[in-house]
Amino acid sequence: MSDHDTEDHLEDLPLDPLPLDAWHRARGARMVPFAGYEMPIQYAGPFGGIVAEHNWTRESAGLFDVSHMGQLYISGEGVEAALEAVLPIDLSTLKHGNPRYSLLLDENGGVLDDLMVTRWSEGFYLVVNGATKWDDIAHLREHLPDEVTISHMDESALLALQGPKAFAALDRLVSGETPLGSLTFMKGAAFKLGGVDAWISRSGYTGEDGFEISLPAESVGAVADLICAEPEVQPIGLGARDSLRLEAGLPLYGHDMTPETSPIEAQLLFGINKRRRTQGGFPGAERIIREINEGTARKWVGLKLEGRLPAREGAEVFAGETHVGTVTSGGFSPTLGAPIAMAYVASEQAATGTALEVEVRGRRLAATVTPTPFVPHRYHRGN
Amino acid sequence: MRYYTDEHEWIEVEGDVATVGITDYAQGQLGDIVFVELPEAGAMIEQGKDAAVVESVKAASDVYAPITGEIIEVNPALEEDPALVNSAPEDGGWFFKMTIADPGELDKLMDEDGYKAFVESL
Repeated sequence: MSDHDTEDHLEDLPLDPLPLDAWHRARGARMVPFAGYEMPIQYAGPFGGIVAEHNWTRESAGLFDVSHMGQLYISGEGVEAALEAVLPIDLSTLKHGNPRYSLLLDENGGVLDDLMVTRWSEGFYLVVNGATKWDDIAHLREHLPDEVTISHMDESALLALQGPKAFAALDRLVSGETPLGSLTFMKGAAFKLGGVDAWISRSGYTGEDGFEISLPAESVGAVADLICAEPEVQPIGLGARDSLRLEAGLPLYGHDMTPETSPIEAQLLFGINKRRRTQGGFPGAERIIREINEGTARKWVGLKLEGRLPAREGAEVFAGETHVGTVTSGGFSPTLGAPIAMAYVASEQAATGTALEVEVRGRRLAATVTPTPFVPHRYHRGN
Repeated sequence: MRYYTDEHEWIEVEGDVATVGITDYAQGQLGDIVFVELPEAGAMIEQGKDAAVVESVKAASDVYAPITGEIIEVNPALEEDPALVNSAPEDGGWFFKMTIADPGELDKLMDEDGYKAFVESL
């Protein structure tokens, strides 16, 4: 028995322990190399296992350790204009405390990373992917002027609490100038959580209501214990994180978008803010604005597969005998009880309902282009 | 008599027929199994070569033929309920039955105690 399609092995760096390393192991987590760290793919016990953890998050609340991600603080004279020169974001419409999705692009408009940008009082708080954070810091240092300071907040940990009962559980534990309930989707504020200063935003990567919590690494063990002591909460590993985000139709950097893909092909137009679509002035603007106006030769689409056999990353997609695309993420959806996938396909085959085939080990599986999310988002947008 | 391989397959030998599956340790490592691709009855398979594929939520894993022989029968229950491999790996979750082309191949496999010691060493 041997895996031929396993977890990410992104780099061969020596593995540093993350702040919750021992915490995960004490809960029977199976640890795997991911983004240069050892991370929990799933936990032991009656609530453990990818499907159980996935369903728990959809029905109650799951605590994810995402401390591998890069947390950066960017400040200094002219920081706003400097960030707009490297990101296709419109910071003039970004209010204090609110995170917004953006993209780090190369000169050709290829995607170097996706990230969240939040306006703080003096500067901007960025959350970038773990596997790319060192390259991102180097890229930003190279492209931002010397007056702008990049601080790597490597003494901060990051947790995500996700699921329909996340609010009920977290609300019991926090205090702040404003109630937790004042945060709607994509808003953030400072709170005290178990006596610890925490920055909390209502956001996440599962399609559920939930929160992302930045806090000092030295306190994260005690806070994780506190949150998991709430009856609604169980810890959730990377395995379910991947199946949840796939059901939610959310792309995973390095798989669904890379330097070889443009954000327009990847259906990430919302990551190019409106003013920037006409004004430009960000890396790759020429190509991206052209693609917004003229369309792209291929598009990133959802696929529902017949039967139970999943198609994984790299599986080829056909329309009859014609090769029309490639799967970038795929797996079995616990919520739907069926295999689902995301793929780049030729734009003329990208319409909803188009019948295609995906090849898995020489076998052709029937697939249908399906709108995403596969499982509806349940964000708390307020009234 | 039940034999085990270091690839975490078990082989139950009754007369000249071997029933093959994966061990409880293996199913635990794979996690929730959603699909099992089995060989065709009548296929000849060679020791160490691909015989089946197990798809868990997370990944696909090959299962190798523990011995050389001909596939006589595959477990029809796995098509309907692949999770049988999780719930009854060394019983109702068997994969296939095969002939034993070379009984000498069995001598090189582990017995239950040997396999237990092997798993503990991992």
